[in-house]
Amino acid sequence: MFAEVETVETCGAAEAVQQVMRKRKTSVRKGKAAVNREDDGCKPQGEWVAHVLRIRSAQDKTAFAELFRHFAPRVKAFLIKSGSTPSQAEECTQEVMATLWHKAHLFDPSRASVATWVYTIARNRRIDLLRKERRPEPEDLTWGPEAEPDQADIVSLQQETAHLREALKALPQAQRELIEKAYFGDLSHREIAAQTGLPLGTIKSRIRLALDRLRHAMK
Amino acid sequence: MSNEIKHHLTDELLMAYSAGTLPEAFNLMVATHLSLCDTCRAQAESYDALGGCMLQDAPDSVDMADGALDATLALIAGGPAPDAPTHPSCDVLPAPLRDYVGGGVSDIRWKPVGMGVKQAILPTSSAASARLLFIPAGAAMPDHGHKGMELTMVLQGAFSDEIDRFARGDVEIADEDLEHMPVADISADCICLAVTDAPLKFNSLIPKLVQPFLRI
Repeated sequence: MFAEVETVETCGAAEAVQQVMRKRKTSVRKGKAAVNREDDGCKPQGEWVAHVLRIRSAQDKTAFAELFRHFAPRVKAFLIKSGSTPSQAEECTQEVMATLWHKAHLFDPSRASVATWVYTIARNRRIDLLRKERRPEPEDLTWGPEAEPDQADIVSLQQETAHLREALKALPQAQRELIEKAYFGDLSHREIAAQTGLPLGTIKSRIRLALDRLRHAMK
Repeated sequence: MSNEIKHHLTDELLMAYSAGTLPEAFNLMVATHLSLCDTCRAQAESYDALGGCMLQDAPDSVDMADGALDATLALIAGGPAPDAPTHPSCDVLPAPLRDYVGGGVSDIRWKPVGMGVKQAILPTSSAASARLLFIPAGAAMPDHGHKGMELTMVLQGAFSDEIDRFARGDVEIADEDLEHMPVADISADCICLAVTDAPLKFNSLIPKLVQPFLRI
């Protein structure tokens, strides 16, 4: 059902992808912070990463409860905003959070923050729920012999995401709102235009502008 | 994959894929391209990260019902949902397409549409349509235009038109403005995935009407 985390299959692109991802990460790896493996849920290793690792390695219900308290109300709001009824959203959020537990062994902190991962699970569940459609996902990557992601890669990916988050917060309100609508409203550009009264071309160029700003802010 | 992909998806499509706002047929196209294209995959994952940030920092959250955590722990105790069946790997069809075909390239149920060209419509929601196209080596598709937006990605062989040459993984993005005549390379039969948001036309079995079918 949640195809984004299906079992790994063979795929020749694996090494190439690893290189790409590494390059992507190396390019933003500037002030590398010291890694503190036990740093509970915070900064250098990335918010919440330790929680997911505890669920994965020790079926830690306390860690899960903390994650739940943080993310479930956000996921529920996301689902309601994109058209679920409150009771659908409640049920669906519980399923999303249960998936998080069951798929914890597939979470790769060198490729995504916990928030990103939760977002993709919730998004796919939303498509399932509201549109009754399958959500095709790309073929899984095989990661070669080193099963454990490199600690430096984790740090840099998590930092990169933190930068993105800061840059996003710093966007002018109008641009932020457009991106928010594009993600959470289940609205096409055309529908956004109808809602905001802005012509399609303006919407597209505003979103592009917002993304350009984001990229610039992250350099 | 050793060949280098030259024709990529647009940022707009990648972002809409990440936001989950594309019709199913376009999701299938994006997922198939990302399976072959590392550049676009990295870009799409960046858009996922953007979604993650929006989720973290959304101004509102909605309280869960009383006992929601316990209910979720009970769900967890019930075990994971069964994994969807996977199909054996195939040199032509990446995993997302194998799911729609129900197997590999030899399992595609082709329907002839004239002049050696064959197609297979894939089961997606009706908001947009997806089909596989088979063009015999060296054959030309009649000069045609498009209604709406049409994306064509090469899975096997290659084709050339007025724009460029397109090989495995390359996507040609066509809209109303593009009139072209794709010609398959002589070296191999060409198989493509094509998706469009314009309505499908089925009146293609009569040779004179071949052109309208190409406009799906």
